[in-house]
Amino acid sequence: MQEDKLTLSESELILRRAFANGLQISEESVNDALQYASTPGWDSVAHMALIASLDSTFDIMLDTDDVLELSSYPKAREILRKYGVRF
Amino acid sequence: MKLLQDRVGSITGASRGIGRATALEAARQGARLILIARSREGLEETAHQVENEGGVRPQIIVCDVADESSLKTAFREMHGYTKQLDFLVNNAGILRDAVIGMISTKQILEVLHTNLISLIQIMQFAARIMMGAKSGSIVNIASIIGRSGNEGQVVYGASKAGVIGATKSAARELAPHGIRVNAVAPGVIATSMIANIPESKKEELLGSIKMNRLGQPEEVAKIICVLASDYSSYVTGQILGVDGGMWL
Repeated sequence: MQEDKLTLSESELILRRAFANGLQISEESVNDALQYASTPGWDSVAHMALIASLDSTFDIMLDTDDVLELSSYPKAREILRKYGVRF
Repeated sequence: MKLLQDRVGSITGASRGIGRATALEAARQGARLILIARSREGLEETAHQVENEGGVRPQIIVCDVADESSLKTAFREMHGYTKQLDFLVNNAGILRDAVIGMISTKQILEVLHTNLISLIQIMQFAARIMMGAKSGSIVNIASIIGRSGNEGQVVYGASKAGVIGATKSAARELAPHGIRVNAVAPGVIATSMIANIPESKKEELLGSIKMNRLGQPEEVAKIICVLASDYSSYVTGQILGVDGGMWL
């Protein structure tokens, strides 16, 4: 898996970019405080775009249970670890 | 230019009937295909026919769409083949006729799972792949029975009415992402699914079809391909009857 080749900081940067692309926000505004339904713009429609962005960025296919549990930026990190992404 | 030139599409229930006819027509129209069904033998035969007609040999994935873990594995496999999915034809379905007093819970769950729940799950997976490209077309196979109902088809009718509701709702949700969702509602089509209908019932059915004949799978397949293609680029949330005037 390509993530094995990444350094920890690279993974974090890639995740930040995937969030920015998925939620249509600037990379600077991506941080650990981002939360589903609380962060402006992160609604159910944007959530689907975010999942698509994570799928394609990390070349994975998140399980539906993980899609539903992915409720914050730190949670995304936690879930992606299950798919072999190292932070 | 062919209708689906260089498009990548997936068709469920592609081992026979409308699914196989759609695979053949889509391949004629230039599509590259990923075919899904329970029967490896049936899929191999469809793939063989596609190749015989000069199409690109399709990828085949053996999967029971009613089995969620099998479905997840199938989509992971598909994701491994390609990151491009331009169209999906959600065709897998089963028919288990029984009058209302004779329907077991097992039968109800079996039909709803295959015809409706898995269809929604497949839309979920497909939409995620399509969102990356901000475009795509999903074509669900409903049925005239989902609109009009029919004796002995309470569960099947409910499942297909569910398909119509799911199609319209998904169309609303996915339109902002550039993904169109439509359904075709076939009438009585000459496939193995109607093989067990008694002759007297068939006669009765024919009498209710304005064009006075059964439809052919190829006639449904052509409409599916139009909905899958850019020829319907401004069409979403529609349920298109392919029924010879049975439902007017």
